[in-house]
Amino acid sequence: MNGTTRLRVDPTRCTGHGCCAELLAEHISLDEWGYPVIAEADIPAVLLRDAKRAVADCPALALRLSREAY
Amino acid sequence: MNGITASTALWYSSRATGIVALVMLTAVVVLGVAVNRQSRLPGLPRFGVVGLHRSVSLLSVVFLAIHVVTAVVDPYVTLRLTDAVLPFGASYEPLWIGLGAVSFDLMAAVIVTSLLRVRLGRPIWRAVHWLAYVSWPVAIAHGMGSSTDMQSGWLLALAIGCIVAVVAAVAWRIAGKANAAPRPARVAQVFTQIRRHESVRAGGR
Amino acid sequence: MATMTAQAQVSHPGSASGLAPGRRLLPPAGLTLDQHLVLHGPPAYRGRLGALVDELRAAGLTGRGGAAFPVHRKMSAVLSAGGRPVVAANGAEGEPAAHKDKTLLALAPHLVLDGLQLAAEAVGARDAYLYIHRAGRVSQYLDAVLAQRHAAQVDRVPVSVVYAPPRFLAGQESALVHRIEGGPAVPRYAPRLVAECGIAGAPTLVQNVETLAHIALIARYGAPWFREAGTPEEPGTMLATIYPASGKARVVETAPGTPISALLDVQAAQAVLVGGYHGTWLPAARAAQLRLSNTALRPEGAALGAGVLAALPYDRCGVRETARVLRYLADESAGQCGPCLNGLPRVADTWATLAGAGPHRAARANLERWAHLLDGRGACHHPDGSMRFARSAFTVFGDDLRHHERGYCSGTNSAPFLPLPAHAPLADEDWS
Repeated sequence: MNGTTRLRVDPTRCTGHGCCAELLAEHISLDEWGYPVIAEADIPAVLLRDAKRAVADCPALALRLSREAY
Repeated sequence: MNGITASTALWYSSRATGIVALVMLTAVVVLGVAVNRQSRLPGLPRFGVVGLHRSVSLLSVVFLAIHVVTAVVDPYVTLRLTDAVLPFGASYEPLWIGLGAVSFDLMAAVIVTSLLRVRLGRPIWRAVHWLAYVSWPVAIAHGMGSSTDMQSGWLLALAIGCIVAVVAAVAWRIAGKANAAPRPARVAQVFTQIRRHESVRAGGR
Repeated sequence: MATMTAQAQVSHPGSASGLAPGRRLLPPAGLTLDQHLVLHGPPAYRGRLGALVDELRAAGLTGRGGAAFPVHRKMSAVLSAGGRPVVAANGAEGEPAAHKDKTLLALAPHLVLDGLQLAAEAVGARDAYLYIHRAGRVSQYLDAVLAQRHAAQVDRVPVSVVYAPPRFLAGQESALVHRIEGGPAVPRYAPRLVAECGIAGAPTLVQNVETLAHIALIARYGAPWFREAGTPEEPGTMLATIYPASGKARVVETAPGTPISALLDVQAAQAVLVGGYHGTWLPAARAAQLRLSNTALRPEGAALGAGVLAALPYDRCGVRETARVLRYLADESAGQCGPCLNGLPRVADTWATLAGAGPHRAARANLERWAHLLDGRGACHHPDGSMRFARSAFTVFGDDLRHHERGYCSGTNSAPFLPLPAHAPLADEDWS
């Protein structure tokens, strides 16, 4: 299936725990208030496992991996 | 008792693993509140607190399994495996053992839904997770009532210590809820922080 | 289609040719149901699902609620989603500077409600909602209008009125859905479009009230008639709320492609605000060269938005006006999303600092850091729009900012120019 795999955050659920930025540092950084800044880019296959872990471990269950059209 | 028979060993193992599991579950509750309050443990990254909360809970399952199996296998008391999950049907101390079964059932629900939380979605996972606050008091009631171990001596002190820890954790949790402004007041809270030159950010716990 | 237009022309004296481009939507005075029916005839129901959608594509009608999304595409999305669709008329004009929707609802509610019925027929909806602010006389009037239409059997689908709280974000699409479902009027984050999954999970067509009024006219007079006004890329007419540098504010019906200088006294202004409080400041000289259309405005980083055009007079201070509006926008954050909740109050506070005298280096550094930090990181576009407004002000009022740093302000008139609600929201005034 053509498309990109993107990590999306539900900003209404996110309370800035910051676990995601530690688990997927190549793709997520934290702003000065502790909220995630997620790269607008495809998640490469090599990072997919870490991305899934970030989704599963987010205490607020605020992250989603989604397949999107380009 | 004089000699250590196989039965005695099983009985001691069951009591010991039960106590260890209780202490671990106390730690799990405290760690769970720590996750919610977004506090850090020295030397650990943020996901360390989350990870510890999960690891200790899974480890406590192991100890609970041994606790149940040794009690069932031990011929000293007649307990069936089903008594560990179906409450109040045991022939030995049906009330106290039954509480253990209730606690175990609730815990199992919490753990299974947590393992499947991505698939189940946040509303279901959260709703079931609240049952942890029911599971723990039932567990300590089971522990203190099923045998006289924790009713005196240093084991009583340990039990009291666990109760104090959980009460403190719950108070900590409630304090977090009290500090969090209701939605209409959140922006005002940020302006207050700005005026006080606080660098603490709003919206978290 | 040609037959429908001919029918309208044959059976009703108030035919299409009688509606000049500046007089399509807003009659000189409010029309009663009877007057409306005499002027326009009954709603041009098609009698079948989806029939109107092709005409709307031919007409090129885009949403008049700010996003300018093609109406036929939204309807097609609702149709493809299946299920039991629902339609909602969005009349919750939370933008303090915009008055076009309120005016339209007061003067031509029947056009809006005709459009709502036609939209419902087009997508097969059997439930309709009118989402408006509770505003005393107009709300009562609309209740009466709906009762009248129901009694006269003009409406085929029942319309429920739902009241929006007096908040800026109440008219946001997902906030509308949330409120109609019975919750607070705050936006929600959802991966699925409202057109596919909206009110109670049903495919929901949400259209601004002005858009619905255009639908009602297109259905009667046809796509070629609609295209007689406007530009080929942006056909039809549009309502705008105009704030001249001198003179009273007014709502006008104009068309895309109209020179801004024909609508505003730009020569008496230092800057022009285009779009609303999520819009863009432009230097007056630049605005004077532009036409009012998304095609002309996009290269300038601006857009029609809520249809607000405000010419800031020379005697006012753009920095103070911007700081006031930003404080309002920060107060109107729903407070759900970290970047918005934390960022907007700090931006507003920084602009308040810039409006005062004293060293501005730290304030400027902060604004630079936050300039694009909030974009796209909320559940709605409140942070994005507010920052667009702030960034454009920083550019356009650069000279004034330098004056302020040295301790003087070129604004001789301290009376506020841009309109804001009389009182700040009370702490317990929720979005319910």
